[in-house]
Amino acid sequence: MSEAEVLSPVADRGGTQQPLLAVRGLSKHFTVRGGLIGRAGVVRAVDDVSFTVDKGEVLGIVGESGCGKSTTARLVIGLIAADAGEIVLDGELVGGAVSLRELRRRVQMVFQDSYASLNPRLTIEDTVAFGPKVHGLAPAEARARAHDLLRKVGLEPGLFADRYPHELSGGQRQRVNIARALALSPRLVLLDEAVSALDKSVEAQVLNLLLDLKDELALTYVFISHDLNVVRFISDRVIVMYLGEVVESGPVETLWADARHPYTRALLAAMPSLDPARRTEQAPISGDPPNPIDPPSGCRFHTRCPFAEAVCSARSPALIATGNDRHTAACHMVDPASGHSRAGSSPTAMETMHA
Amino acid sequence: MSAVADDLVRIATIEKARGYWTTVARRLTRDPVSVGCAAVLILIALAALLAPYLGLADPYQGSMIRRLRPIGTPGYPLGTDELGRDMLARLIYGGRLSLVLGLLPVVLAFIIGTTFGVIAGYVGGFVNQAIMRTVDVFYAFPSVLLAIAISGALGAGIVNSLLSLTIVFIPPITRVAESVTTSVRGLDFVDAARASGAGPLTIMRVHVLGNVLGPIFVYSTSLISVCMILAAGLSFLGLGTKPPEPEWGLMLNTLRTAIYVNPWVAALPGAMIFAVSICFNLLSDGMRSAMDVRS
Repeated sequence: MSEAEVLSPVADRGGTQQPLLAVRGLSKHFTVRGGLIGRAGVVRAVDDVSFTVDKGEVLGIVGESGCGKSTTARLVIGLIAADAGEIVLDGELVGGAVSLRELRRRVQMVFQDSYASLNPRLTIEDTVAFGPKVHGLAPAEARARAHDLLRKVGLEPGLFADRYPHELSGGQRQRVNIARALALSPRLVLLDEAVSALDKSVEAQVLNLLLDLKDELALTYVFISHDLNVVRFISDRVIVMYLGEVVESGPVETLWADARHPYTRALLAAMPSLDPARRTEQAPISGDPPNPIDPPSGCRFHTRCPFAEAVCSARSPALIATGNDRHTAACHMVDPASGHSRAGSSPTAMETMHA
Repeated sequence: MSAVADDLVRIATIEKARGYWTTVARRLTRDPVSVGCAAVLILIALAALLAPYLGLADPYQGSMIRRLRPIGTPGYPLGTDELGRDMLARLIYGGRLSLVLGLLPVVLAFIIGTTFGVIAGYVGGFVNQAIMRTVDVFYAFPSVLLAIAISGALGAGIVNSLLSLTIVFIPPITRVAESVTTSVRGLDFVDAARASGAGPLTIMRVHVLGNVLGPIFVYSTSLISVCMILAAGLSFLGLGTKPPEPEWGLMLNTLRTAIYVNPWVAALPGAMIFAVSICFNLLSDGMRSAMDVRS
């Protein structure tokens, strides 16, 4: 494999209208054994998830812990084998026209735990140069490339190249992780809670770095986080996940202004407000998510939903367009034909929810 | 403190980045117990190695009229054994076989056990089950019994006892290697390496080995003393070294009849085994704490 082939950025194909990544019907079920004689259960970590990522956009994925955000990212990059579903990268089917190895060159990932995601026995230069070396770059060139990338993420190679991860701060380590992810010139970077473990000032620096790099290198991000403020700041579009399913998706401002799914509304209501007059006095949502081993029938949210009716536990709602610019929601109240008593009602009728 | 100031402080306090093993070695040399133990071991090993040049008496040459002389007899600083052979010479020469019997099986088992354990831990699934359940079979027997059984089946002799001791130590090392590898395998940097398209062999070599060798090595050094005692035990039972070869376990055996006549001399080979074992154990403890560099 020649060097040019290895690490030059992949040329754009299919024009700007073709999504960079299309995920269709992605599912991953984990079998859980309940002890020696216990009944085996199936955790539906990711269940029939579909979404697309447009070129140059930042797609946010939000949801509670355990809703399948990280599993989705790991499925996309092939760290976990999917049970069902297909991944189409740049118009080509992964596993078909695009091999897994090629996928992993075009798609890279930044993990949440900046310490665990760096090998403690390698200098950061070796960590960043590892990927290029694996893809056939000569050691000296890989080293030069690592220095170049370290400079790009704001770590002076002369000072940092020979350091070990334990000698760096959390923010610096996450910069190394970003440099490592960029070392193979990917087109799409999956950021799995990439800034969640950092303190606020460092978080802001890393977010700005990510946005700068995105412009400089024409990257596309999938930004996974539980922090809604950060997601709103960085994302163009957001999908909301609950118990392994997508419950709502849409452009970030539309979603914030006009969320249709009760779960999304509860999530947004749960955000602490800086305005004392608008403080949240009541928990917008109660209880923990149900056990994913035995998810509720019908709409998985009906056990916690204040508007649940008979139809909600009977049938699972599909993602339906709300008629509002790529905004979709999986709720019977959005579908006029669902039989829900509030079906088709305007969301303002729901404002009473936590008034 | 702002992040920039934080960075500057860090840059100022860390004068030069050091490699992991350099740091471990530096910390080890600052621990007086470890240094002392290493010195004792090096002294014994050097003496054994250079025995022919130390001007010692012939360790095989006995004398019927000078049997079981006490410690401090002129010409025999550590007395003589039941056949009138110089104890000092026999103890120093005995170190050759005893150290080899204590070290070599552990070294071989370290190489083989680490290979099996890392593969089992990294690949997982069926391969893990196959390797680990095979290893479990050996766990069914107490190690002494297993060594005796294998030695007995293969027949007495140094090579056979080396072989049987190696087999005895492969299972525990494999198990430790497997458990350490399994814990490292779940860390994000291994996933990150997989996500960069590297194959399993490259990942094991670059990312797994460096992180698991330390704990396996420390565990293995703690086995050296057990191995020496087992080797001595085999010789004691007549399954290892054969007389008149000087070897501490065998010497302990042949001198046991003299324990009422001259207990101090009879205890000397045991004292050597004890000293070497405890030095290896303390050194291994020192290494364990020196490797905990993160603090």
